[in-house]
Amino acid sequence: MSKDIRIKKGLEIKLKGKAEKEISVASRSKVFAINPSNFQGIIPKLTVKVGDKIMAGEPLFFSKKNEDIKFTSPVSGEIIEINRGAKRKILDIKIAADAIDSYKDFGIKNLSELTSDEVKAQLLASGCWPFIKQRPYDVVANPTDQPKAIFVSAFSSAPLATDDSFALENEQVAFQTGIDALRKLTTGKVHLSVDGTTNSFFNNTKGVEIHQVFGVHPAGNVGVQIHFINPINRGERVWVINPQDVAIIGRLFLQGKFDATRIIALAGSEVTKPKYFKTILGADVNALINENVPNANVRVISGNVLTGTNISTNKFLGFYDNLISVIPEGNHYEFLGWHPFIGNNKLSINRAFFSWLTPNKEYNLDTNLNGEERAFVVTGEMEKVMPMDIYPMQLLKATMANNIEKMENLGIYEVAPEDFALVEFVSTSKIEAQEIIRRGLDLMVEEVG
Amino acid sequence: MNFLRKQLDKIKPNFDKGGKFEKYAPVYFAFDTFMFVPNHTTKMGAHVRDGNDLKRLMYVVVLALLPALFFGMWNVGYQHFSQLPNPTDDPNYIFPFMDVFMFGALKVIPMVIVSYVVGLGIEFIFAIIRGHEVNEGYLVTGMLIPLIMPIDLPLWMLALSVVFAVVIGKEVFGGTGMNIMNPALIARAFAFFSYAPFMSGDKVWVADASTIDGVSGETILGTLASNNAQSYSVMEMFMGYIPGSIGETSILMILIGAALLIFTGVASWRIMLSSVIGAAVMGLIFNAWGVNALMQFPWWQHLLVGGLAFGIVFMATDPVTAAQTNAGKWIYGFLIGIFAIMIRVFNGAYPEGIMLAILLMNVFAPTIDHYVIERNIKRRNKRLVKNLKAA
Repeated sequence: MSKDIRIKKGLEIKLKGKAEKEISVASRSKVFAINPSNFQGIIPKLTVKVGDKIMAGEPLFFSKKNEDIKFTSPVSGEIIEINRGAKRKILDIKIAADAIDSYKDFGIKNLSELTSDEVKAQLLASGCWPFIKQRPYDVVANPTDQPKAIFVSAFSSAPLATDDSFALENEQVAFQTGIDALRKLTTGKVHLSVDGTTNSFFNNTKGVEIHQVFGVHPAGNVGVQIHFINPINRGERVWVINPQDVAIIGRLFLQGKFDATRIIALAGSEVTKPKYFKTILGADVNALINENVPNANVRVISGNVLTGTNISTNKFLGFYDNLISVIPEGNHYEFLGWHPFIGNNKLSINRAFFSWLTPNKEYNLDTNLNGEERAFVVTGEMEKVMPMDIYPMQLLKATMANNIEKMENLGIYEVAPEDFALVEFVSTSKIEAQEIIRRGLDLMVEEVG
Repeated sequence: MNFLRKQLDKIKPNFDKGGKFEKYAPVYFAFDTFMFVPNHTTKMGAHVRDGNDLKRLMYVVVLALLPALFFGMWNVGYQHFSQLPNPTDDPNYIFPFMDVFMFGALKVIPMVIVSYVVGLGIEFIFAIIRGHEVNEGYLVTGMLIPLIMPIDLPLWMLALSVVFAVVIGKEVFGGTGMNIMNPALIARAFAFFSYAPFMSGDKVWVADASTIDGVSGETILGTLASNNAQSYSVMEMFMGYIPGSIGETSILMILIGAALLIFTGVASWRIMLSSVIGAAVMGLIFNAWGVNALMQFPWWQHLLVGGLAFGIVFMATDPVTAAQTNAGKWIYGFLIGIFAIMIRVFNGAYPEGIMLAILLMNVFAPTIDHYVIERNIKRRNKRLVKNLKAA
């Protein structure tokens, strides 16, 4: 049974440099890094030290709050660096990879014979657990919770997004197996939202409720889909996971190993030939960038341009990411650049540019803020890109004021920072909406839990 | 432009932290960012951003005001010369266009300059005291204030009104984005209640009225309020060949500005439309009642005269002081229309109601929003209760 979702409020940001559907194998990175800041809500406790030899699937650290949640190495090799920042916070753990991975054996399992607890134990031991995130709060899921449902968005509507139906074409069995594993984790349903405009193998997935989603970004955001399928109320928990990570879980049960291979898109206007590459999460992408990006004044982003992480100085593929975006840095001045109807190479929801004349144009946007940060002035613009039944500006203000009751009332449980990415994009006053929501969610975790 | 950029970069260190003129950094940066959109890049969150910023937005509003400004200059001259005796024998003689326009321009431009110099001066002082950037809000306010004043208002009164509006109307609340009431209307209200003889009557709408014998330059609403029949044609009202505040008379020019604002998405069409509907509804009610000249004045002509159109397009839509939710904007606008006409008709002492209507609704806008948002909260809580019952 499928239920259609149509998203009208939002914005399609069309950028130059979409990846061609062609997969190359990236030359194997010599170094891999795991960055604990990828994991919201986790305080890491190390189990390795520099010089340790490690197999793929062996733990690097675990969560201080729950020792069962382990974070394992994506490759086999030797720990070469553990970088710490202020207050000895672990910045990253670097592993010099062996030429060929040796995997820790978790044993091939037949899912139909496993109980829910056995599936959980397998996911926790192998380091697959952190792929599962919890809403509300957008943090790593807590294995002792009972989620009311699990949601998978099979597509992304973000700029330059990776097409996972293409990336997983040869992993259909693993994907289905991963879904079967997820079904063991909830007494509720597993929801799979697919792009309504195309028909891919995702539509044939068994054991899930399929939802056809149509419309503009953020249609592909799982939070938006949850809002329309089965919204989160106070006290409820749902889990979400990315499709490629479902396949990694599938491989765990099919092959008995933590095989963190990803098909990533290397995209963006600065990439000479944008296309897909086969690599492993945590990989050092420096070589890949050097081969494909001629310019130096660029920003390298792990993830999409709206929600990704700036990795220009430390180029490692993030734990959850399946995309590397490369766009020009915008560190230049523009003479009288604020004047209406000039600078029409910029995208705006506001028609004080002539760009509205060319709705299908692909833009070459850079990282210039296009102005300065100001107090909230304009109203109504955020609502244009917020498809949920939520007042974005009022929620932001309540969050800035740390007014927990108001945040609850205005729907903080239903949102993740990524759902405010477009709000942040359109904001005339250049409000850092995602950061505000993240801080608000952290406050809620602390105060409400 | 490289030369200018280089010069700016050369003096910039003086204003940076630890520099000689660190305290005056807001002044430097106001100029620098006016000349050049700065090289600031995104630090967190979305790596790309919409091209729009507050400067561009405010400047679009200023552009939208220009037709009304230029027409106002001409009309100031026209209202003046039409009071003069015909200098020739030709009964169809019209004063040369440039004479008329230049006369008005020389009257209006000093007012615009005073408004900007005084207002921006205060903004800069506050920016320096508070150590924040100069906000762009005054670019619009500074243009609005002269346009809603009578032409014969002495410049020092204008200056005082600006001081009151910027300090009490805006800066005490924390500056642009924080104020509760529209600063331009605060300036007008200040002038109106402090210098009433200069703000109404049949002399103030004609420039240099004291030098002319037998001036009869009463506004249409003023004439109607004293229960006399007014003599202007509908065409004159629409085109704006009538006495009134500098920028408010020409519906045509205001519509051009409104079109730009709505087209670019800068101002809310919801507020404009609902205000017009509100005013029309109230006008119809009074037409049905019809006991005096103002009540009998056809409802659609009510829309054409006085400051109603100007207020609706340029001041009711101020996003900071208007309702912020879309549903709230409909209610807010509708009530502005209702109250504007109601005050017009009921308050004999003050024939134009749009100013007070907008100020009143500015105060009520947060309340309107509160109830709109309360509905959203109720929906959410209902869902929660339903779920708890089901569980």
